[in-house]
Amino acid sequence: MNTFSQTCFDNCWHSAEKPCPRFIDCVQRGQQCCDCGDESAQRLERYKRGLLLIEHDLPVVLVGMGTCGLANGAQQIHDALVAECETRGIQASVIPVGCVGYCAREVIVDVKLPGRPRLSYCEVTAADVPRIVEETILGGRVIEDKLLGIHSREQAGDWDGLPLIADVAFFRKQMKLNLENCGVIDPESIDQYLARGGYAGLSAAMQKGSSQGVIDDVLAAGLRGRGGGGFPTGKKWQFARDQQADKKYLICNADEGDPGAFMDRALLEGDPHRVVEGMIIAAYAIGASYGYIYCRAEYPLAIRRLEKTLQAAREYGLLGENILGSGFSFDMRIKKGAGAFVCGEETALIHSIEGRRGMPRPRPPFPAVSGLFGKPTVINNVETFANVSTMFRKGPEWYASIGTPTSKGTKIFALSGNVKNVGLVEVPMGVTLREVVFDIGGGIPDGKKFKAVQIGGPSGGALPESVIDTPIDYESLKGVGAMMGSGGLVVMDESTCMVDLAKYFMTFIQTESCGKCIPCREGTLRLLEILERLTRSYRDERSQEDAMLRFQGMVYLERLASVIQDTSLCGLGQTAANPVLSTLHYFRDEYEAHLYERHCPAGACRQLLTFSIDTDRCNGCGLCARKCPEQAIVGEKKKAHYIIEDKCIRCDQCRVNCNFDAINVN
Amino acid sequence: MQIQDNTQHIYGKYPLGDASCLIDMLQDVQEHFGYLPDAEMQRVARHVDIPVSRVFGVATFYNQFRFQPLGKYVVKVCRGTACHVKGSLDILTTLENELGIKAGQTTRDLMFTIETVACIGACSIAPVIAVNETFHGGLTTKSLQKVLKSYQRQVKTSEVADEHV
Repeated sequence: MNTFSQTCFDNCWHSAEKPCPRFIDCVQRGQQCCDCGDESAQRLERYKRGLLLIEHDLPVVLVGMGTCGLANGAQQIHDALVAECETRGIQASVIPVGCVGYCAREVIVDVKLPGRPRLSYCEVTAADVPRIVEETILGGRVIEDKLLGIHSREQAGDWDGLPLIADVAFFRKQMKLNLENCGVIDPESIDQYLARGGYAGLSAAMQKGSSQGVIDDVLAAGLRGRGGGGFPTGKKWQFARDQQADKKYLICNADEGDPGAFMDRALLEGDPHRVVEGMIIAAYAIGASYGYIYCRAEYPLAIRRLEKTLQAAREYGLLGENILGSGFSFDMRIKKGAGAFVCGEETALIHSIEGRRGMPRPRPPFPAVSGLFGKPTVINNVETFANVSTMFRKGPEWYASIGTPTSKGTKIFALSGNVKNVGLVEVPMGVTLREVVFDIGGGIPDGKKFKAVQIGGPSGGALPESVIDTPIDYESLKGVGAMMGSGGLVVMDESTCMVDLAKYFMTFIQTESCGKCIPCREGTLRLLEILERLTRSYRDERSQEDAMLRFQGMVYLERLASVIQDTSLCGLGQTAANPVLSTLHYFRDEYEAHLYERHCPAGACRQLLTFSIDTDRCNGCGLCARKCPEQAIVGEKKKAHYIIEDKCIRCDQCRVNCNFDAINVN
Repeated sequence: MQIQDNTQHIYGKYPLGDASCLIDMLQDVQEHFGYLPDAEMQRVARHVDIPVSRVFGVATFYNQFRFQPLGKYVVKVCRGTACHVKGSLDILTTLENELGIKAGQTTRDLMFTIETVACIGACSIAPVIAVNETFHGGLTTKSLQKVLKSYQRQVKTSEVADEHV
């Protein structure tokens, strides 16, 4: 037996054409319908233990090959491992897995020897491959300087003193529900997913007998959308279910455009079956017959893995006609996004699937009433679907017991920026931001001071130390002027300028605004102009009027922001001013320093800096003068040069190119 | 006619007159040519039976579509928040200065194109650029120049090889 799709028991008739309702139960809990004898039951058990790496004959090496792993050279390590094993004639299987989330310590390579606990090595490079093969695979010894930890204490023997993975600071406070398989299983293997309890949620949902029962469970669990707004998922489904229509659609929003967010990518790359399972449950609940996964074209690996996932699900009778013998049919395909941030908004996304410009439209009618091709449509985020699978596997009561009274379950965050442990973090709702940034994230590197954490991407806000003890749930975050968003957490230290950050987000929104409604299209441009004036040097001002406009802009800033909030058409526009409002609220002193003193406290606003040459250090090599695009640097050969301030455009080229650190910036 | 025969597999895949396939078709055409030639956009418009103006409208709306051929090396500069905080703007300006082009443009010798992307999703090694499919992370303006030089050297050696042929 080497796949679950082969009939495991002599009397089993399950196939894609004629699916058995008890297939999943049978695979996971042992034979259900008949007594085929102990031998076949043992065969199944043995196969499952092999899949779970509890019992296996050959050493198994698992290489973390998500996008971040690949960016750090995981492919070379994978190839080197295969080659090394081949040249030495070692029988071992090398399996690519998804990302375990600890991006700061990539590449992560796990070694599982028969009869020993699973070892995790981190920061592996191609040069370490011969050592891993020699010491660990052949010799059975641990390479201590690369060790992250062992996965369990079972069969540990003399490895008993090694740290457990779960005790590593980065993992200790996390609660991995939706990410439990990421970096652990081969994402392309449906059997490994099944062996770890996959599709049990689908089976449980289908056995409820009615779609209303499924929706009641989602409502009871208190699941809310993970895409940003936090709308109760069950309510959305109920609207769509109550519609009478010949066709209904389901869409998975995988157009993760927030800069600094990569949760959806990790889920799709690391555990795609979990998302697909959630989609099938949702389709069953609302009665959808066809679905789309709208995925960013920038995620080629995720798209490739999803295609394989859908194929495997079809072969197992989990997708297509008569799913698990319930009489319910559903199929889906992947639609590649074409790179527009606004397509994360549901009505814009629908337009994009229809082959039109991705522009939002006014609601109502809501997509649940009239969506794709005018039919009732439910759109949920990738993480929401993953939560659906998890919830049905363990039951709504269990799910509702995690989190805070209003926000249930866990949330995945992409922790990045100026923080030690960059990576993917899953925490129960209600944990404070401080715990995420300092306990899990390990604080700020290089001994710098924490300044703010930006949550929620371009729609969210930057929160300073004073509110960092806010628990993470939808309401509390709104209370302090941010929002949950999709889950990007960017940590900033004292070298980040908040005015510059606001300007950065405005530039982003400005280029991504679809241009349909005026508040968003023109308003954000005006906001950007005001911020640009603030960060401009007096040298670039042509008249007195220019100087006065800076002050006028500051006076109008808040009013303009609130007009944009109140009058924009879609969610993107309504939240577009949030980065400005939150930074203005918490970091007004920085705005004032820019305005009154023309000084950037963080030293990040280039235009407000002065470049000069240290005459003691400069030996007159002339490199900077040649590199200067404005010919602002003059001087005789082999004598100290100097910068003509009026000509300098502060492009930083001289400092970058100087080999003697002779350029001073202040 | 030569070109049209090559693209038959693209057009054959999609039913006539189905405008919802428009974006998929444009993506396939771009994958084939590297950009969207005018003639192909007209052909797509005829295929799905909508005005060329609408095809053009859709193509210009999305960031993914290009109307000029790309350079041999496409340098994607990540402008995500994490990269921004770690100084990706400096990386971009240095790159623009070194190559003498702005983001979105291609050098005259068709060797380098600079593109900015909202987020590559490799925030752990910010600031990051991707040259074709190869990632270069943890960059400083100095190490960027080294990376760039290595590609420029490759261009030169391939030019020399071409001359010998």
